[in-house]
Amino acid sequence: MRSNDMNSSHYPGVFRVQKAGALAEPLPVRLLLVAGTVLFLTLFLLLPLGALFSEALSKGWQEYRAALLEPDALSAMRLTLVTAVICVPFNLFFGIVASWCTAKFTFPGKSLLVTLIDLPFSVSPVVSGLVYVLVFGQQGWLGPWLQAHDIKIIFAVPGIVLATVFVTFPSVARELIPLMEAQGREEEEAALTLGAGGLQTFFRVTLPNVKWGLLYGVILCNARAMGEFGAVSVVSGHVRGATNTVPLQVEILYNEYNFVAAFAVASVLALLALVSLALKTFTEWKMRQLQKAGA
Amino acid sequence: MARSLKKSHAAGWGNLPGFAPTMGYTLLCLLVVVLVPLSTLFFKAATLTLDEFVGAVAAPRVLASYRVTFGAALLAAVTNAFFGVIVAWTLVRYRFPGRRILDALVDLPFALPTAVAGITLAGIFASNGWLGKVLEPLGVKVAFTPVGIWLAMVFIGLPFVVRTVQPVLQEFDREAEEAAACLGGNRWQICTRVVFPLMFPAVLTGFTLAFARAVGEYGSIVFIAGNMPMVSEITPLLIITKLEQYDYAGATAVAVVMLLVSFMLLLVLNLLQKWSRRYAEQ
Amino acid sequence: MYRIVMLLLVATLFHASNVFAATELLNVSYDPTRELYQDFNKSFARHWKQKSGQDVTVKQSHGGSGKQARAVIDGLDADVVTLALAYDVDEIHNKAKLIPKDWQKRLPKNSSPYSSTIVFLVRKGNPKQIRDWNDLVRPGVSVITPNPKTSGGARWNYLAAWAYALKQKGGNEASAREFVGKLFRNVPVLDSGARGATTTFVQRGQGDVLIAWENEAFLAVNELGKDRFEIVVPSLSILAEPPVALVDKVVDRKGTRVVAQEYLKYLYSQEGQEIAAQNYYRPSDRKVAAKYAKLFPKLRLVTVDQTFGGWTRAQKTHFADGGTFDQIYRPGR
Repeated sequence: MRSNDMNSSHYPGVFRVQKAGALAEPLPVRLLLVAGTVLFLTLFLLLPLGALFSEALSKGWQEYRAALLEPDALSAMRLTLVTAVICVPFNLFFGIVASWCTAKFTFPGKSLLVTLIDLPFSVSPVVSGLVYVLVFGQQGWLGPWLQAHDIKIIFAVPGIVLATVFVTFPSVARELIPLMEAQGREEEEAALTLGAGGLQTFFRVTLPNVKWGLLYGVILCNARAMGEFGAVSVVSGHVRGATNTVPLQVEILYNEYNFVAAFAVASVLALLALVSLALKTFTEWKMRQLQKAGA
Repeated sequence: MARSLKKSHAAGWGNLPGFAPTMGYTLLCLLVVVLVPLSTLFFKAATLTLDEFVGAVAAPRVLASYRVTFGAALLAAVTNAFFGVIVAWTLVRYRFPGRRILDALVDLPFALPTAVAGITLAGIFASNGWLGKVLEPLGVKVAFTPVGIWLAMVFIGLPFVVRTVQPVLQEFDREAEEAAACLGGNRWQICTRVVFPLMFPAVLTGFTLAFARAVGEYGSIVFIAGNMPMVSEITPLLIITKLEQYDYAGATAVAVVMLLVSFMLLLVLNLLQKWSRRYAEQ
Repeated sequence: MYRIVMLLLVATLFHASNVFAATELLNVSYDPTRELYQDFNKSFARHWKQKSGQDVTVKQSHGGSGKQARAVIDGLDADVVTLALAYDVDEIHNKAKLIPKDWQKRLPKNSSPYSSTIVFLVRKGNPKQIRDWNDLVRPGVSVITPNPKTSGGARWNYLAAWAYALKQKGGNEASAREFVGKLFRNVPVLDSGARGATTTFVQRGQGDVLIAWENEAFLAVNELGKDRFEIVVPSLSILAEPPVALVDKVVDRKGTRVVAQEYLKYLYSQEGQEIAAQNYYRPSDRKVAAKYAKLFPKLRLVTVDQTFGGWTRAQKTHFADGGTFDQIYRPGR
């Protein structure tokens, strides 16, 4: 059985005096690392977050609440949720499939394949939107045909979903590939030798081993799907109350000098941190349950 | 137990099932979602003559923007790799008050719309902002300078390294370290010989992704960069500039160059990663 | 869970496609007209109800003028466009043939129901004593204006400065180029849009003077602090004529021609003109203009057509790649 990574006795508390031997860093090093982490994250996360909320709440709760309950804001939130609900499962499934075939097998051109999967991250969001305009737009490849059949892709919901799928495409796959590679395939091979089926092996052996990578992949994918601005902005058409996602709504409000409402709506996306916190806690709890059952 | 220390990564197809269907599905998705849409860039750019193409992608101002964009992205990715490893290590290995909150907040740079990130950062670092007020008298100007570009790029790429290294550390067998300790290694030796090599491919992945994302970033940067031609103008902004002139072909030409350069860099990084994995396994 | 997701999905898709089934217009406009059309659309809905008995809702889309024109070219179903410059509407004809070439002749006043001009916004008390364009090129004066390559509004700013230099005693192309070059060397930040520049000036405290649309300057003063800023009107400026146009191909497909035509016509009516004036756009109607004369200071105004030979030419000489604006930033200068 693998070691229990949940068992916190493995991990030293920073302030707990512990025999600093070969298994733990000396106390000064630990303190330095924690200080570095706290400082870095404070500068790059807490400070912007603080600025965000201080702006959002600068006129009090009443204004904050009103900004969130405004019909256009609600419609933007609904559209953003729908986009994420389509986009995340698609990329999750793709990520699992792609990481299985790239991490567990060796074949020529593997680095090339992985690089192609990476590519959407490096494409400027503006260009990601533009390519869909070039395919589905009125001047594009399929535009005239689509119009003749009265099908709307860009400047409508499908275009927003497509662009979002594109920009979040690598998230799950790229979390899983390095992790699966680091773990090799001996455990799977052992399971197969013991007579387990392919899918059974995957669900019983591989999946538990990559749970954290999977979780982070989903969280990142979801975060980006909800927060994407550039690509969506190109294909959305910015029609108020119809094709505005939360990030676009934020831009609109900001451009109306309605800073309080803009930051209030943006702060909703910060609540995503709570979702990831809950997901992580749930996974840890679930794993502990499984381990208890297994013991 | 030996799994993490030594792996038999024999070349060949192996005896695991499911290669053909998973590979088929992967290629299909890749084709539909990535390759076909991106190919439009090449087709559109190909409507230019060679002279026009070179004129669009090699003008002095465009060249300067490549320097700014790729240079700042590289610096930002290095920063993220360095601090990302420290953050991931600390969050996984140590227990301290506030750890869970910090851990949950790591994804925030993805969720915050890039424009909000840019506006907030510009607000903090402008001469009348929380930090700008302190830094400006010291002669450090961040907002509306190339430093601002770096800052925004670090912010938007922050989750990558943390989130790729974290699961590797979490799934990592402490037993390997214990074994090494039994063999009499000290902490530093164990880290450099056992832990770092296993972490390295993930760090490289995170670095690659952070770099890739930073190169393409637009929304947050325009608010904090100052956008001065030749100094703090990024390539994606020039693409927009071309689009504003209805010069789709010129815009796609610059996009194609960016795409090819990023592709080459990503490929090199991925090959490097493969090599480092082999090295780690020996 | 799956059922809920599907329901949500279907509901949204249905909702999105249904939006266009009711009598509805889509007005694709540029950034600074939000407040104007919020008021105007309400008034027009009342007017149309009275006139025809039908309900009409007008959906709004705002963004940078060029970006909005591109969206229409690429298939955004705009019934009417109300953009920042005629050049962008011209491109809708050139690139997609959605409107006829002579679109600007179809409505009075070059299809511009309201106009505006370019003025300065300075900090309270005008500490740098900025009175006219030539104060902007003084060393030590920091000027905020958006990038003319990405912002329609900024092109008006640029042309206004150019026209001022041209109309000085002994002014010619070379002296104008020199003047504008000097001015832009005083610009520390080039935002990509007009409202971004306003924010940089107002919120970030950058610069001594903001070059802006008159209506934007009024709005900024009223929304962001009467006690912090004041408006300075230069001796000469440009007559900014934001054009409106019916998108023929779209209204014919959607069957909304009559109501869309009435929508544009209503902009020229007494009510439409009053709403424009209340939102700090200079009305074109004489009577309404006289009524609001106190609001809008008199100054010498030149037009793009007279001074620059029309938008297509101005765009090519000044803002295309390698044009006079790019030359300012050519290395070695």
